[in-house]
Amino acid sequence: MRHRLAFASLFVLLAIVVLVLFGPLVWKLAINDIDFSTKLQGPSLAHPMGTDDLGQDLFARMLYGGRISLAVGLMAMLMAITVGILIGSLAGISRGWVDTALMWLTDLFLSLPQLPLLLLLIYLFRDSLKAVFGPEIGVFFLIVLVIGGFRWMPVARLVRAQFFSLREKEFVEAARALGASVPRQIARHILPNALGPVIVAGTIDVAAAIIAESTLSFLGLGFPPDIPTWGRILFDSKDYLDIAAHWALFPGGAIFLTVLTINFIGDGLRDALDPRKVL
Amino acid sequence: MGPFILRRLLISLPSVMGISVVLFTVLALAPGDPFAEMALNPNIPAEVREAMRVRLGLDDPIWQRYLRWLWAMVHGDWGFSFISRVNVDLLILQRVPVTLVVIGASQLLAMCIALPVGIYAAVRPYSWFDRLASTVAFIGFSLPTFFTGMLLILLFSIKLDWLPFVYKADISETGWAWWREHLRQSIMPVAVLGLFQGASWMRYVRSAVLDVIRLDYVTTARSKGLAERMVITKHVVRNALIPVVTLVALQVPAIFGGAIVTEQIFRIPGIGSLLIDAILRNDTPVIMAVTFVFSCLVIAFNLIADLVYGWLDPRISYQ
Repeated sequence: MRHRLAFASLFVLLAIVVLVLFGPLVWKLAINDIDFSTKLQGPSLAHPMGTDDLGQDLFARMLYGGRISLAVGLMAMLMAITVGILIGSLAGISRGWVDTALMWLTDLFLSLPQLPLLLLLIYLFRDSLKAVFGPEIGVFFLIVLVIGGFRWMPVARLVRAQFFSLREKEFVEAARALGASVPRQIARHILPNALGPVIVAGTIDVAAAIIAESTLSFLGLGFPPDIPTWGRILFDSKDYLDIAAHWALFPGGAIFLTVLTINFIGDGLRDALDPRKVL
Repeated sequence: MGPFILRRLLISLPSVMGISVVLFTVLALAPGDPFAEMALNPNIPAEVREAMRVRLGLDDPIWQRYLRWLWAMVHGDWGFSFISRVNVDLLILQRVPVTLVVIGASQLLAMCIALPVGIYAAVRPYSWFDRLASTVAFIGFSLPTFFTGMLLILLFSIKLDWLPFVYKADISETGWAWWREHLRQSIMPVAVLGLFQGASWMRYVRSAVLDVIRLDYVTTARSKGLAERMVITKHVVRNALIPVVTLVALQVPAIFGGAIVTEQIFRIPGIGSLLIDAILRNDTPVIMAVTFVFSCLVIAFNLIADLVYGWLDPRISYQ
């Protein structure tokens, strides 16, 4: 039954991705067409998800925001995994003080309060990055860097643990005896076998990154206000809950569905990649 | 146990120092000037602003500012808020109890949900209860806390009008009415946080109990004729709780993050909303102090988790 859920989730997630990627090509309404005569309408044929207080079409805004949310999630995950694998491999392959120092660094980052520092970094560096890269790309870089920068630690620990157990196996020893250099041992022998738990951690990271970006937008400290990420749409809707509940339910539901499907897929992957666990 | 605590505290000290250095560097490197508002005020001449900057030591080299700040922190002088014109420690002390009460109550709720449900689900794996509980748990921790909060507000405050959704720190009633009012306004934030945490903890408890329940000593206990309930409570749970405690302790930073969001939605006057207000108004002493307090709380909870871990697992001595 588990695996059926995971497959169903894969299907739903793919549907969301396709919708978000190709939807704007089909649904031609602009995201910032202000039209006060149609404001705060519920779902209808002309506006499948209704309109907000400026009369902008919510469906178009959701499609646009979906691209950003998914892109942020994916890029943050890639960054977290890259840094995590780098540090984990370094710590795993060396002994002595390099390992201890890197682990102390990892523990330090683990005890940093994530959300406060996230808020701080984004608020402080948002303007300077905007000046250098332009408003959207600058904030995108900042958010990806900051969110990814707080998620590498579990990956590093996983990789390090895997390295410790794989390092002494016979096939690695054989490679060493044949004269393989240490980087080659890592790249060709140890790392490919260590990646199982990392993949699972990666899927969970995408979900966590999407939630983190939505939380930042919801607190008003994410992307600039005119960019309709799902969290931002939720933020805009919270003062109109009593008269326009649809405005909040659609983005919230979208975030929930995306994160849920990713979590189910991650669970299925964990079952697939680690057959020992009777979960 | 005394020397153990002392040793753990000493080991945490470099972490605390490291965190303070990171925080201070981030804030010092950042653009943004608390006097930017004053710059727009024509009544304050430039020389007065400069004099204020020198007086507050904002132009000294960074290592000097850091050492001065550290010295002041250690002495209990947490500085003076730029914006509120109140001592920072007073500001924080006013707000910490509220946050701790909300977080504490939600963790208690989470434990009360996660433990029984997780244990029962693990004792009957793959039964309908287990599948239902696991699916509900997945739904629970996939719903972001701000969305759950808004849904609860929509349902209980707007549609049904049962519960207030703005938290009032000064309730005018006394006696039982005070408790009832307090309960009514705390239920939703505590429920939002508690259900979210409970969902993920239920999965941890279930997997930990599943790992333990197949071990030999459990079979021995059963074959000795112990009632099933005794086997579970006296043998399985105690051993299963060990990895759960570790995982819960690792999640404490995330719990504080969730508290920040909840405080924003329900307008609870805790340190989370203090932090966000301070960030938006560029109030550096408050930001430093609150983030520092968060970090110390995280480290304190890690220490408590270590102690609980040592108490639960007799194999770990305090040496």
